[in-house]
Amino acid sequence: MPTIYVDGQQLSVKEGENILEACLNAGIDLPYFCWHPAMGSIGSCRQCAVVQYQNEEDTNGRIVMGCMTPVTEGARFSLSADKGTEFREAVIESLMLNHPHDCPVCAEGGECHLQDMTVMVGHRDRRYKGLKNTYRNQYLGPLISHEMNRCITCYRCERYYSDYAGGTDLSAQASHDHVYFGRHEAGVLESEFSGNLVEVCPTGVFTDKPLLKHYSRKWDLQSAPSICTGCAVGCNIAPGERYGKLKRVHNRFNHEVNGYFLCDRGRFGSGYVNSPLRLDYAGLRKLDGSFQAIHQQAAVDTAAEWIKGKKVAAIGSPRASLEANYLLREWVGKENFAAGFSDREGQVVHQIAAILKTTNALCPSIKQMEAADAILILGEDVTHTAPRVALGLRQAVRNKAHQLAEQAGLPKWQDAAVRNLAQDQRSPMIIVSPLDTRLDDIASELVSLGADDIALFGSAVAQAIAGQPSDNSMANRVAELLKEAERPLIVSGSSLLNNAVVESAAAIASALKDSDRQAMLSYCVPEANSLGVALLTEESESIAGLIARASEIDVLVILENDLQRRISPSQIDQLRSAGAKLIGLDVLENELLSICDLVLPAASYAEAEGTLVSSEGRAQRYYPVFTPAAERMPSWKWLLDLPTACGHSEISKLTHFDQIVEACAASCELFRPLTKVAPDQGFRSHGLKIARKTHRYSGRTAINANLSVHEPQQPIDHESPLTFSMEGINRDQPASLTPFYWSPGWNSNQSLQKFQAEVDGPLRGGSAGQRLLEPQTETFKSTASTTNHFKMQPSQWQLVPIYRVHGSEELSAVTEEISELAGEAFIALGAVVAEKLGVGEGDGVIVSHFGDDQSLEVKILTRVAKNCIGYSAGYAQTLDFRVGSFATLAKDPQWQRRTPQLIATDGGNKRPPNDWQESLHV
Amino acid sequence: MEKVLTRNIGDDLKPTDLAAYEANGGYQGLHKAMKDLSPKDCQDIVSASNLRGRGGAGFPTGMKWSFVPVGDKCTPGHKYLVCNADEMEPGTFKDRLLMECDPHQLIEGMILAAYTIGADLSYIFIRGEYVVAIQRLRDALAECYAKGYLGKNIFGSGFDLEMHVHPSAGRYICGEETALINALEGKRANPRAKPPFPQVSGLWGRPTIVNNVETLCNIPHIIDRGAEWFKSLGRGEDSGTKMFGASGKVKNPGCWELPMGTPIREIFEDYAGGMQEGLQLKGFLPGGGSTDFLVPEHLDLAMDYNVIGKAGSRMGTGTMIILDDQTCPVGMVLNLIRFFAHESCGFCTPCREGLPWTRQVLVNIEEGRGTAEDLGTLAYQVNYIGAIGNTHCALAPGAMEPLQSALKYFRDDFDRHIRGSSCPYHSHSHSGGH
Amino acid sequence: MNDAQMIQTDRTGLLTQEEIRQIDAELAHIPYKSGAAIDALKIVQAHRGWVSDESLQAIASYLEMSAEELEGVATFYNLIYRRPVGEKVILFCDSVSCWICGCDKIKAKVSEKLGIDYGQTTADNHYTLLPVPCLGACDRAPVMMIGDDLVTHLDEEKIDQLFSDNQSGGDQ
Ligand SMILES: Cc1cc2nc3c(=O)[nH]c(=O)nc-3n(C[C@H](O)[C@H](O)[C@H](O)COP(=O)(O)O)c2cc1C
Ligand code: SF4
Ligand code: FES
Repeated sequence: MPTIYVDGQQLSVKEGENILEACLNAGIDLPYFCWHPAMGSIGSCRQCAVVQYQNEEDTNGRIVMGCMTPVTEGARFSLSADKGTEFREAVIESLMLNHPHDCPVCAEGGECHLQDMTVMVGHRDRRYKGLKNTYRNQYLGPLISHEMNRCITCYRCERYYSDYAGGTDLSAQASHDHVYFGRHEAGVLESEFSGNLVEVCPTGVFTDKPLLKHYSRKWDLQSAPSICTGCAVGCNIAPGERYGKLKRVHNRFNHEVNGYFLCDRGRFGSGYVNSPLRLDYAGLRKLDGSFQAIHQQAAVDTAAEWIKGKKVAAIGSPRASLEANYLLREWVGKENFAAGFSDREGQVVHQIAAILKTTNALCPSIKQMEAADAILILGEDVTHTAPRVALGLRQAVRNKAHQLAEQAGLPKWQDAAVRNLAQDQRSPMIIVSPLDTRLDDIASELVSLGADDIALFGSAVAQAIAGQPSDNSMANRVAELLKEAERPLIVSGSSLLNNAVVESAAAIASALKDSDRQAMLSYCVPEANSLGVALLTEESESIAGLIARASEIDVLVILENDLQRRISPSQIDQLRSAGAKLIGLDVLENELLSICDLVLPAASYAEAEGTLVSSEGRAQRYYPVFTPAAERMPSWKWLLDLPTACGHSEISKLTHFDQIVEACAASCELFRPLTKVAPDQGFRSHGLKIARKTHRYSGRTAINANLSVHEPQQPIDHESPLTFSMEGINRDQPASLTPFYWSPGWNSNQSLQKFQAEVDGPLRGGSAGQRLLEPQTETFKSTASTTNHFKMQPSQWQLVPIYRVHGSEELSAVTEEISELAGEAFIALGAVVAEKLGVGEGDGVIVSHFGDDQSLEVKILTRVAKNCIGYSAGYAQTLDFRVGSFATLAKDPQWQRRTPQLIATDGGNKRPPNDWQESLHV
Repeated sequence: MEKVLTRNIGDDLKPTDLAAYEANGGYQGLHKAMKDLSPKDCQDIVSASNLRGRGGAGFPTGMKWSFVPVGDKCTPGHKYLVCNADEMEPGTFKDRLLMECDPHQLIEGMILAAYTIGADLSYIFIRGEYVVAIQRLRDALAECYAKGYLGKNIFGSGFDLEMHVHPSAGRYICGEETALINALEGKRANPRAKPPFPQVSGLWGRPTIVNNVETLCNIPHIIDRGAEWFKSLGRGEDSGTKMFGASGKVKNPGCWELPMGTPIREIFEDYAGGMQEGLQLKGFLPGGGSTDFLVPEHLDLAMDYNVIGKAGSRMGTGTMIILDDQTCPVGMVLNLIRFFAHESCGFCTPCREGLPWTRQVLVNIEEGRGTAEDLGTLAYQVNYIGAIGNTHCALAPGAMEPLQSALKYFRDDFDRHIRGSSCPYHSHSHSGGH
Repeated sequence: MNDAQMIQTDRTGLLTQEEIRQIDAELAHIPYKSGAAIDALKIVQAHRGWVSDESLQAIASYLEMSAEELEGVATFYNLIYRRPVGEKVILFCDSVSCWICGCDKIKAKVSEKLGIDYGQTTADNHYTLLPVPCLGACDRAPVMMIGDDLVTHLDEEKIDQLFSDNQSGGDQ
């Protein structure tokens, strides 16, 4: 630990860090713009200047950039020397020359890093008398708004978008004081991670477009610590509410999971919470099929009347909380509880759970994955099935660059230098998949195989690692690459619904572990709580099994599960005609609910508390951001009230959420840590509850004055240590309880560093969540065999699901912006097949599958395994497509090519004018 | 005086082809090195010669080369030699002459430099407007390849070298060596942070030496005739000869090879012929647009790096820009600031934003709208933008040198603009538009 | 995958054989395709006068870059023209030595003769007038380039001669 001196103060600092980091870690405010903790330094903004002295005698010193200067033993710096303060003020003044005075109408206002830094530096009076440069903005799609006039040219957007996230359609253009950040032409940003621009940009150039429709300032939002339900990765989020509407989702830092970044589904996919499709009241189906709204109590009473003394069964939900699933299972009994997976999904997810419970490989966090030095991906397009993980994998392949940098004595944070040194040398990443994936651009090897062949390939790799190379030279090569690594990572998952693929991944990881590698094994699973439900239920009755004996069941309770997505229309008919009363509990209206006899409105994740287990096996808690409107209730509450009304002896003893957590934790060894996921209701920080509202929150008493002039009482939170109020504290609490980041002088999200133990390091409040799975002892051997090969008919094609960040997930797809980006369902073909069929991009193809014909638009792929075709998974038109089954294809002669939609433009199709044609005169 | 760099350059400015070059002793250095000298020997000779870089900064060439990792210290892969032939510094016109008239001298220098540092690929990064030089260099390269001076296994020595001409797409900042490397990589030419220095991690992340045209032209002679001979050429403390020049309203503008340490007065009076009729010398930039003004009292200084440095300016490229008493110093500085503001790469804040601001203030003063406050602003800008280290590269500090010295020597002219609300030099009430 | 990603329209077909041959020659000594970005822009511009959106997309696609990545490069450099230019580009030096030697007057004269200012093209499409930083011919100031030709020691008379047969109707 070197010692440095900052304005005479002696600081013990971390070896290898830079002065800016050292200052921030010591709690000293040093302004900055271009530096970003996750992206390192480039030294462009010059804002973090400090004065460095040669030695004790040197009183003059010279200006150096804090972010570009490594700490060295005994080095002396000053932040307060006039030379430095004057320079920093001059830099802000420069940045403000062309910056518009539009804070009042700027979406960044009140959480703007530029505002914060301007105040911090003390710049106030404008001396520049010239005109400001102005730019035209581009339409960048429904998610991101573009206002180039506010740009301070810190290069963060471009560095994040291209260098960090691998996007190619945003660049720095033009030069001198006309640098422009945008696209070649107006159009939707292609990256699935574009939303982070909103947080990465220190001013209001890139802002959250959906938020702008009904805008609220940060200080007027009520926020709560929450977990994204968009997929199974479990990113930590901070959603904000006002006027009973969920306004936006911001990143909530979790050192081990999402760090600073979210995917666009996570950030923008919560629009469904405000959807008109939300259920407000319980509904009782009348004889004519229509629903009559009834009150909560009436609904509970009706259900209890149907159930008492009768045979009740239930279907759980991989997207509902652990608590709701647990209560439901306790109520109806294990034998009458289906976990809520489709049959094959259940087999695969349960197998994954079984492997992870026993394997000797590490099931890594994203942070750990980022340290991988070789990666093998089996059968997943990770960007679409576990988006945030894919962003982590993009960082992992840079470990080669970091190694080279270390050899060259370059600190990792010297971002541009490290990139220049390594050029495109990357750590090995081998992708084995049936179709193109969005990580293909950084892969060192691409192998295109169908699902069963992937499993065989995987087994061959495992055997080769174990010392028995096969005649598959590629598999042997991959084995070598993995063995050369210290921390190899195997990524697979449930996409292909193929148990052999999943097993072969485990076998590879085990083989590596046996050869003394720090092997990591990560699986992508479909939904926010898929792994949690699989761990809860171990094995369970399948939905089909329950339906098969539906006639013996009197009442079937279906928890947050649109069965249409999991069973065939004929099974739905079977269910409808079986005569059992159906009670459906869900967030949004759907087709299934229309055949239920009683429909109960569930609170969304934003209005409820619950625990989710991520694909890492990390149990994490989310809290209500606001109280549910109308007569919605969290599912766990319904599932407490219903059994209680039915006289269930155990459940009726429980009244509070914490008690359910305790009961669930007690239910099995694996779940013991659940009580430690977050503090219980009684927790206080400095004697106070944690405030969900900022202390500047405005209009609390007047916010609903248009409805009632009576001052409403603030809702009271009986279930958690948080309050629906600005009274309380947001300091020194555990990380799992931090609703938003704010610190005096730091209104922007950069205030996060005040909550971190060190820059880009763990939060002061510890890590959020509890890992349930740690490496065990089991060594997996693959059981994949060649015998279960399908007999392929000529002219038949195997269906491979293509998951999409936008469109494939059930709830987020309801969000207006996401559905716009999802577009229409499609079938994706290799060029050869397309040619055979005589179709091209945009033509129509009739897909025949189990006697059903679907006409779908054609997209052309670059990489396709033999006999495979892709289809957009999770879209209404393709819900009945079965993964891995066969279809025939024919050109649709009737197909009407959709005329390309004109792009709506916000402000014209601006490219920076070529320099010399701009006015060349001042 | 013995002509070294220009010995093949006659008054007709005809290009020297391979035959003519060899006939006049060309490629002797190369033959000698290939036969008798190891790379280490060459390195020692160049170091001993005290040759300093002619690109503007005067960095000792031998020392620069010695930072290139060799032998075990170098990971396997290419090493690069790049000739900086961007020559876009206002008022500089020496490299053009050397390339147009004696391309083989440069090529021989580059082969020797590449041999010394172990480079196997080399580039001549030349500004795109130098169409004649580009063609002549390409012709000369073709001659060299044909004769086996370039390519595989040169003279059976086992040494391989490829050489390419890369015409630039135009940008002053490309002359900055790390920006140049980015341009060679097909990227935006923003300068890179140093360290790492290009000698260790340059083009494509590999060890790279960037040298000016004139620097490299000296190499064949140094290798051929030795360090002592080279040192003896200088009249003062620096070694060798140098291309000096003068432009502006002198009688005989031009570019001449003279010994290092030649007094400025000699260049100005004997070679440039002094001022045109009716004009007086008011001041001069000794080495291009990014050096500080000197004034008549400095005429007797020797053109040596340290001497000029002590006088408060820099030798720069050694091509002087002469300011006469009828030309407006404010207009001249404005012209330069316009150039620099436009050529700023836009990477770092003080340069990107500060130069246009400075330009705006100067426009106001020049056009008669200046105030006393504006002078304070200019001084402030000089302090803010002009210090090395405040900006990411040396463009901005260079840009401030003429302004800062003009404020020192020609303060009265600024005041007259402000007091009289107009430019007192009528003939130049407007300056160029860049 | 993303829509835009899936629609892999290959636009390299828009490049001519000769352009591709020349680009390939550069690629022979460049380790990454994108490394030839500037060369390729210059090559295509040499054939077509300027770099249109279509040309830019074609080059980008040939070099396996995105249009954005190439746009960032193309718009950085002074001598890549992203708008149409006339048959000959006049690069008029307006830097310090030429300025001292009176280039402003010459520029005014050129503008008057041709009827165009910086950034403009004559009606007959013969000339586009652009300013250029110091052309490295300060001893022969003022200077300019017309196409590939350096014209030195400019004075008003010389401008009159040079553009005397100009039909573009400058002399209004
Ligand atoms: C803004 C800027 C422009 C430069 N332009 C040139 C140039 O046109 N030619 C040149 O040789 N050096 C130029 N240099 C200097 C180079 O960075 C570098 O120092 C030089 O090429 C090294 O060669 P030398 O050691 O042989 O002098 C420039 C430097 C800066 C900061
Ligand atoms: S000083 Fe100017 S030219 Fe140099 S990096 Fe900064 S902006 Fe670019
Ligand atoms: S934060 Fe250090 S220069 Fe920008």
